[in-house]
Amino acid sequence: MPAAAGVVDLTLFDVDEFLRNEESKDLLRFTTAGSVDDGKSTLIGRLLHDAKGAYEDQLKQAIRGGEIDFSLLTDGLRAEREQGITIDVAYRYFSTPKRKFILADTPGHEQYTRNMATGASTAELAIILLDAARGITTQSMRHSYIASLLGIPYFIIAVNKMDLVDYNPEIFHRLRAEFAPFLTRLGVDNAYFVPISALKGDNVVDLSKNMPWFDGHSILEHLESVDTKRAFVEAPFRMAVQRVVRPDMTFRGFAGQISSGVIRRGDEVLAQPSGRRSRVERIVTYTGDLDVAHAPMSVTLTLADEIDISRGDMISAGPEPASSRSIEATMVWFNAQPLDPARHYLIKHTSQIVPARVEAVEYRINVNTLHAEPVTSLSINEIGVVRLTAARPVFFDPYRENRGTGAFILIDRQTNATAAAGMIVAAAETGMESAADRLARLVRAAVPHGSHLNLPDEDEEAVVVVRDALKGLLRHD
Amino acid sequence: MAWDISHLQVLEAESIHIIREVASEFQRPVMLYSIGKDSSVMLRLAQKAFYPGPIPFPLLHVDTSYKFKEMIEFRDRLMAEVGARLVVSTNHKALDEGANPFRLGTERCCGLLKTQALLDGLRAGNYDAAFGGARRDEEKSRAKERVYSFRDTLGQWDPKNQRPELWNIYNSRIEPGESIRVFPLSNWTEMDVWQYIHRESIPIVPMYFAQQRDVLVRGSSIIIPELAITQPRADEKLQRMKVRMRSLGCSPCTGAIRSEADTLPKIIAELVAAKNSERENRVIDHDREGSMEIKKREGYF
Repeated sequence: MPAAAGVVDLTLFDVDEFLRNEESKDLLRFTTAGSVDDGKSTLIGRLLHDAKGAYEDQLKQAIRGGEIDFSLLTDGLRAEREQGITIDVAYRYFSTPKRKFILADTPGHEQYTRNMATGASTAELAIILLDAARGITTQSMRHSYIASLLGIPYFIIAVNKMDLVDYNPEIFHRLRAEFAPFLTRLGVDNAYFVPISALKGDNVVDLSKNMPWFDGHSILEHLESVDTKRAFVEAPFRMAVQRVVRPDMTFRGFAGQISSGVIRRGDEVLAQPSGRRSRVERIVTYTGDLDVAHAPMSVTLTLADEIDISRGDMISAGPEPASSRSIEATMVWFNAQPLDPARHYLIKHTSQIVPARVEAVEYRINVNTLHAEPVTSLSINEIGVVRLTAARPVFFDPYRENRGTGAFILIDRQTNATAAAGMIVAAAETGMESAADRLARLVRAAVPHGSHLNLPDEDEEAVVVVRDALKGLLRHD
Repeated sequence: MAWDISHLQVLEAESIHIIREVASEFQRPVMLYSIGKDSSVMLRLAQKAFYPGPIPFPLLHVDTSYKFKEMIEFRDRLMAEVGARLVVSTNHKALDEGANPFRLGTERCCGLLKTQALLDGLRAGNYDAAFGGARRDEEKSRAKERVYSFRDTLGQWDPKNQRPELWNIYNSRIEPGESIRVFPLSNWTEMDVWQYIHRESIPIVPMYFAQQRDVLVRGSSIIIPELAITQPRADEKLQRMKVRMRSLGCSPCTGAIRSEADTLPKIIAELVAAKNSERENRVIDHDREGSMEIKKREGYF
């Protein structure tokens, strides 16, 4: 019978109740990174399949030799199908009765660092795979570092292939004890460890009978339970103006998407670069004015006073965003053409585009050892800390505190390529202050087995003492 | 105070942000309008993005001349209501030479009447950015599509050379003659679209709702015979049954499905239960493995 599959017995289903539940669900974006053998595709296939995310006809295409090959559900492009590898970021969508999910699925090898960074940039949670049989690998450390660098607040550490080690709790506990201190050093304070077998489905969606000793919850249960609202509203109010809406002489509104925080009618706000303050008169939307709005809503604000505001300006409340032409930033280099301080670049930060120059590359971070290495340039897939000078001030918060106002992309002016992704560390100090910091960095890089990330506490103290002493000396000269 | 925000609000805010960025950063944006449900949602998001101002760019409809009559009636009614400016692009030359899917096959017919007419329409308007309603969940090759999809001077897509896209910061820099396609609904699923239509009471073409029709059953397809080229052959007979469209396209190539869903909640209920994804009833995607990717490389949306 043609296309009869669509006929549904509606008496068995309460649509209104379903819609009420569906329309109130929230959204979690998460990311995974992995390569061919570590079971990432199997894990994702398992999640999509068991969470009923894969429709039946997509499943049909994924059947090879009678069994479902879960990795074929997630590899998209022809070239990738032919080579059997994942070379880009693929976005996947699925839903459970509790929540909707967007998964950024990325490849895991070092030469795909930029793809991992891309997938991580919008994620609120990262799943890091550890192999129960092989232990902690360079790859899992690299994935964790990139995820922490991009500011992902939640981690799930999935200790995979537990079936190959007879579901031995000792192995899980030992790996957790080894890996947790590393995550702490990265600044990750929300890591959840789960022993799984993606292949067998243990602890992926349902809790496994093979590991009765594990008293936590499954990966999916954890995905369903983390708080996604925290990051949105904790930070102070920030909204970059995308457009001035001015349909006639009586209305002048500033349209933008709130990057962080909460705004109420009547709140005092600051406009940069003008530095003028005013009060929010109306929060306008198509469906009516609001008394209060918060991140990540897109709204249009009108202010009580006539102040000069245009696209690219920042409207804020609470502590002022920093304003500086010189910034220090961690950058992930994307382009085949290496960083060249002689080239002209553009920064796109919030809604403004500003010409910029790279003043200096402070150091490169070896993504495998996490050591700082002195360099003068960055090549594709490399991560480093640089100082930039922009033609106009940028209004920002450090990326660690605010992903929305701390992030930028670097565009090559000649080729228009997106050359790098940047995460602002701080306003760069100029002159002598900066000289002292650079010397301190050289000291750091010179400490055996040391880096800016995993220096022992006493060495870190020594670096700070040296830097302050240098600053003092330079000031007195 | 709870800061609850539903997935639909998050998606809406993201899409509005994209639409505003494009309208502000490009010289001559245009919104592709296909009359389907995704276009209906995209149009509403554009209204929201610039409210209380008007939509600051025109809409472009690529009309193959084989669209359902009800689609065109709906289009003209809605444009008058919204007050949007509509531009229609049709490949009259190919039609004069008798282009239709039965003579040319669906692949060549789409190439002439959709892809060519689209590229001609974009060139005629000198548009440097074109919004499309495609979603990443529709098809595997679309899962890796960017929100800003860069096209060279011939309108072609190179999947191996896409610009990286991080956060919500989009690289809008192009050279004269180059353009981008923009997909503000990238992160929406079919279910999100239906729920949003329900929540916002967005008008859609009545053909989405089931009704009794005289149809032609050919193989596994149910065809609504509106045209001379889709009349029953000698060995075929029209059958009367309750059907609706899951997606809208050209009448010879877009099959109906049997359905009792004559309200939005019923459509959504049907979707929940449906085991086949949305494009199953479009003949064109199954021409060959990866056919959507090939069409896109050539300039199709």
